[in-house]
Amino acid sequence: MHELSIAMSIVDLAQEEADRRGGVQIKAVHLRLGLLSGVVKDALLSSYEMACEGTPLAGSQLVVEEVPVLVFCSHCDARRPVHSTRLFCCSECGTPTGDVVQGKELLVVGLEVEE
Amino acid sequence: MSTQTRIIEVRQNVLKQNDILARALRQRFHEAGVFVVSMVSSPGAGKTALLERTLTLLRQQFRVAALVGDLATENDAARLARSQAPVKQILTGTVCHLEAAMVQNALEGWKLDDLDFLFIENVGNLVCPSSYDLGEDLRLVLMSVTEGEDKPLKYPTIFNSADAAVITKIDLASAVDFDATAAKRSIQAVRPGMTILEVSAKSGDGTEALLDFLQSRRTDASAMEASRDASAFAAPH
Ligand SMILES: Nc1nc2c(ncn2[C@@H]2O[C@H](COP(=O)(O)OP(=O)(O)O)[C@@H](O)[C@H]2O)c(=O)[nH]1
Ligand SMILES: [Mg+2]
Ligand SMILES: [Zn+2]
Repeated sequence: MHELSIAMSIVDLAQEEADRRGGVQIKAVHLRLGLLSGVVKDALLSSYEMACEGTPLAGSQLVVEEVPVLVFCSHCDARRPVHSTRLFCCSECGTPTGDVVQGKELLVVGLEVEE
Repeated sequence: MSTQTRIIEVRQNVLKQNDILARALRQRFHEAGVFVVSMVSSPGAGKTALLERTLTLLRQQFRVAALVGDLATENDAARLARSQAPVKQILTGTVCHLEAAMVQNALEGWKLDDLDFLFIENVGNLVCPSSYDLGEDLRLVLMSVTEGEDKPLKYPTIFNSADAAVITKIDLASAVDFDATAAKRSIQAVRPGMTILEVSAKSGDGTEALLDFLQSRRTDASAMEASRDASAFAAPH
């Protein structure tokens, strides 16, 4: 389980961004979480609260947007959703492909702050 | 009193510190001409056993060394030291995976220029290591014949993050009714086109093919590095 250390990085990173903007109070952190990031959403959510304890982010929310896996299909010559993470092929035409173009993200994309 | 909220847009990779360090490591490895291979698997799949054999065999022709991650014990380093290659243990404590910073620290005092191959045995874990780039050129994921053919389907992320798969302990295959076709099908389902090798660290079966594979990947990598250097040199400034 590495979700706690990931959660702590998220808290640090969000606080850095807030400090850079003159110490705004963060209500929520928005995260894009790829389904191939290796991080489990539920474990991350429960670690987040612990990671916030004793920091200026205590009481803030973590809002997670899960990002589906897209692969490049050479047959369709396009980015396509993967059939499933247990079957890496183009969901349109079925061509097997391991060329992942989306789904490994672990990105802080927004901070909800008090006006 | 109601408070208004607004959203500030940012774009920050949560693992950026690790990614930056890993990129710097990769650069250092390339400049030193050392080919770096990491190994991931569940605990007990046979990483240390295979590595001991690999180090012993490769040492006859190449300059090799290894880093080995473990939560608490130095046993693996002691086993690997029998190969006579330089080995360093990384104790991770409560951390269930290696990170680029741990690799960087462990390399302190080592002259990378003096190495052809560096192996990194990760902590036995099929989940956490997948998120952390260590600057390696090649990531091997190992699964033993005793773990069940559908392991890749249960841990697709780590198999997907690897460059080649190694099926280990094939000396036990018939004893456990291992279905090689099903296992390979599972691997190909989560990582189409991935190279699959089959070895036994005990009998030595398949180790020659593994060594050939590692050497050819190293040759490919240095050829690519050379052509990159050449094109950088030829590029108009
Ligand atoms: N029969 C057999 N046993 C093996 C083989 N490789 C490893 N083992 C055994 O499996 C156990 C775990 O191996 P080890 O190398 O420590 O696995 P690690 O945790 O992945 O480093 C040890 O008891 C090894 O002796 C093999 O190829 N064949
Ligand atoms: Mg080991
Ligand atoms: Zn397609």
